[in-house]
Amino acid sequence: MNRIHIGKETDIAEKRARVVRVGELEIAVFKLTGGELKAIENRCPHKGGKLSEGIVCDHHVFCPLHDWKISLQNGLVQAPDEGCVTTYQLEIDGQSGDVWLHLPQGQTIAS
Amino acid sequence: MKKKLVLVGNGMAGVNCIEQLLKLAPNLYDITIIGSEPHPNYNRILLSSVLAGDADMKDIVINEWSWYEENRITLHTGRTVTSIDSDRKQIGIDNGLKLPYDELIIATGSSAFILPVPGADKPGVIAFRDIKDCETMMETAKIYRKAVVIGGGLLGLEAARGLLNLNMEVTVVHKHPYIMERQLDQTASTMLRSELEQQGMKFLLSKNTERIYGKKRVAGLRFTDGTEEEADLIVMAVGIRPNVALARQAGITINQGIVVNDFLETNLPNVYAVGECVEHRGVAYGLVAPLYEQGAVIAKRLAGLETDGYHGSVVSTKLKVSGVDVFSAGVYNDRPGSRSVRVQDDFGGVYKKVVISDGKVIGAVLFGDISDSSSLFKMIRTGEDVTGREKEVLLGASGGGAQKSGAALVAGMPDDEIVCGCNGVSKGAIVNAVNEKGCSSVNEIKACTKAGGSCGGCKPLVGDVLTYVLGADGVKTVKEGICGCTTLGRDEVVEAIKNMHLTASKEVMNVLGWSNTEGCSKCRPALNYYLGLLWPDEHEDERESRFVNERNHANIQKDGTYSVVPRMYGGVTTPADLQKIANVALKYEVPLVKMTGGQRIDLLGVKKEDLPKMWADLDMPSGYAYGKTLRTVKTCVGETFCRFGTQDAMGMGIKMEKKFERLATPAKFKMAVSGCPRNCAEATIKDFGVVAIDGGWELHISGNGGTKLRGSDLLTKVKTEDEVMEWCGAFIQYYRETGKYNERTSEWLERIGLDTVKDALKNQEDRLALVSRVEHSLSLTKDPWKEIIEQDELKKTFSPMSEEISMSAR
Repeated sequence: MNRIHIGKETDIAEKRARVVRVGELEIAVFKLTGGELKAIENRCPHKGGKLSEGIVCDHHVFCPLHDWKISLQNGLVQAPDEGCVTTYQLEIDGQSGDVWLHLPQGQTIAS
Repeated sequence: MKKKLVLVGNGMAGVNCIEQLLKLAPNLYDITIIGSEPHPNYNRILLSSVLAGDADMKDIVINEWSWYEENRITLHTGRTVTSIDSDRKQIGIDNGLKLPYDELIIATGSSAFILPVPGADKPGVIAFRDIKDCETMMETAKIYRKAVVIGGGLLGLEAARGLLNLNMEVTVVHKHPYIMERQLDQTASTMLRSELEQQGMKFLLSKNTERIYGKKRVAGLRFTDGTEEEADLIVMAVGIRPNVALARQAGITINQGIVVNDFLETNLPNVYAVGECVEHRGVAYGLVAPLYEQGAVIAKRLAGLETDGYHGSVVSTKLKVSGVDVFSAGVYNDRPGSRSVRVQDDFGGVYKKVVISDGKVIGAVLFGDISDSSSLFKMIRTGEDVTGREKEVLLGASGGGAQKSGAALVAGMPDDEIVCGCNGVSKGAIVNAVNEKGCSSVNEIKACTKAGGSCGGCKPLVGDVLTYVLGADGVKTVKEGICGCTTLGRDEVVEAIKNMHLTASKEVMNVLGWSNTEGCSKCRPALNYYLGLLWPDEHEDERESRFVNERNHANIQKDGTYSVVPRMYGGVTTPADLQKIANVALKYEVPLVKMTGGQRIDLLGVKKEDLPKMWADLDMPSGYAYGKTLRTVKTCVGETFCRFGTQDAMGMGIKMEKKFERLATPAKFKMAVSGCPRNCAEATIKDFGVVAIDGGWELHISGNGGTKLRGSDLLTKVKTEDEVMEWCGAFIQYYRETGKYNERTSEWLERIGLDTVKDALKNQEDRLALVSRVEHSLSLTKDPWKEIIEQDELKKTFSPMSEEISMSAR
């Protein structure tokens, strides 16, 4: 597993997301109300919309292209649509506020 | 203490009655329901769809377990009521429990009639009545091959079709010489039989079963004429018998069924009966619509409301067998005094017959094309006089001439025809959602299929599909909230924001009891708009509630890039500005440069992180080509160069654009100014269009050239440029204050009416008040591009949080 330092908790505003790029892979890191962070692939399974630009409601994000509703907890697309987005683990240092992204081996493109 | 209401029977008729009661009087009774099947209330009619593989068991549940909980109903499933003691007003249940009641409803339904022939009790002989029968058939089909269905009526044929789908060989045995003789005349029956034979069904007609043989399990059946037929499974579908044992034992009057009066009262006080167990005016119904009508009467009675009672129903039948459309209602065979209109087309497999007596349609049979079924059924029920146009009844609708109703048009649509073009939802998908998911309103269809969820232009058509499937009376018109999170409409929400002085959307959702605590992508931007409108000084714009384009001040494209459109007032530019735009396009390698429909230049394919840098290099105001706000003011050259021009159209347009740019409106807002009535700027399809005439200006409103073309309405004529500005400001503000979020002025005008708008703007005093409010809001706006460039906190959100070109493990 790879562990990448991506920044500080305070880099993201509540109900908003920032993008993390690792090689070809783009991940959206969301901050929910209350401060919890969630990371999912920044790509809607429908037409590839950038989920980082969606409106965040509780632990869901609405894709900006065609309004698909996706759970930030497990990446599942909500009915009536179907599909799943890859989720990623984050590690947060409570003291410093540093955030690390965990990537499973073989997930990234090494150049 | 609340009165106790007990319902015996957890089926469609009884539970529907309770549902209707809860709508009328939610908290009047402590309700207990006892049902002997171990399931919540499900749609028995759709069992044939389950068998046919078109629906799942879970799809046909009407009331989930949670529904009982939410309505605080005590439910005993898998339990049977064994006694009613009307003196003590209590019932006994098979587990020994006694329950007191104040009001009792008996809805015990009916059972399949099993022919009393020797061998009918052998394993492998079943009815087609409940989920258990369905499961037995599906299990049997895995092991055995040969099925016989006894009974060529509606239910028998549906069971037979389902068994065919399960890959069994199916023979239908019927004692009459033709099938569905209770619903069809001989012609239609014969056509139906040949269609079903083509699908693989076999028929043995005019056969009476003598006995069922087999060692242990069923092996076949023998008929009274001495012939035999082999069978591994026999399904009896020869009719139903009302379940009356419990009522009889309690001393309730029974004939064929439990006898009730027009108020569904039995002869015992406080004891009602509803559904298939009931006999009303000598008729026991076995179809769902009459049972719901009966339930409605009980519900009103129990809620203490007026009702003139139940007077019986005319019933109609549709066969639910795929590929076969059959409809029948009322009297379908000629009788003395009646005459009929018939159409028969053996090539197209269509047969239609309408029976008319005393100038009224008394019955109809349709085969192959049932598009006229709802209109015919309505005529039968209402007893409309058709004297003199008997032929039109049948031929008028399809034979040209009369305009077809929406539902009739829908009937003619193939199943795969797309109804919702935005989301690719076909007619068939909507019909499925109605039949299998129980959707009965446009909103429910939207939640289930997304049809009508995007541009909304197909909503009327979705409504027609609903009417086509459910009939006009079956479609629910539910109050539509501003989104799925609330039932409150725009006006109620705005009133609450105003009266309770709510200044943040979080507050609104909290105070008004939103079902999703943080709302959804529909209501969040709407609330943000309403709050900004009502409290321009106090409300802090909620960036996180803005749609991506308004948050990033650029238009997101399908590949995640953006487009940049700088302001070009009135569509007028200069060589210097053009040079600047060209330089920026070159510097940032903009893939596409295009003229927009609103007379300006669009730079497409820009990466998000380049946006702030490009804006800085451009040093031009945002054209707001992405927002719910004033977009462009399209102008023609006007008198400046044009030989026909009567006024300075460009000057007027530029003035308007400079004045009203950046203002938030319910939906995008487009304007145009034409210098003469030739109207080259197409002002009559704009939200606010100005057309110069000799010595003045015409002001046009609520035109639209988009989703739905709408020519504008003339608001008024004025003389001076100042008057144009005054009316324009007043109009925009009035729209801002009364429009629903996302509602264009064209839809808005249709909703509130031209006269309302004219009235609101006719006094100068009122106009000036509106203008002063719009000016206040305008005074608070800033150029968004500049704002982002100048604030690091905003600018940084345009770049990735972190970026690694290559990965190194650490």
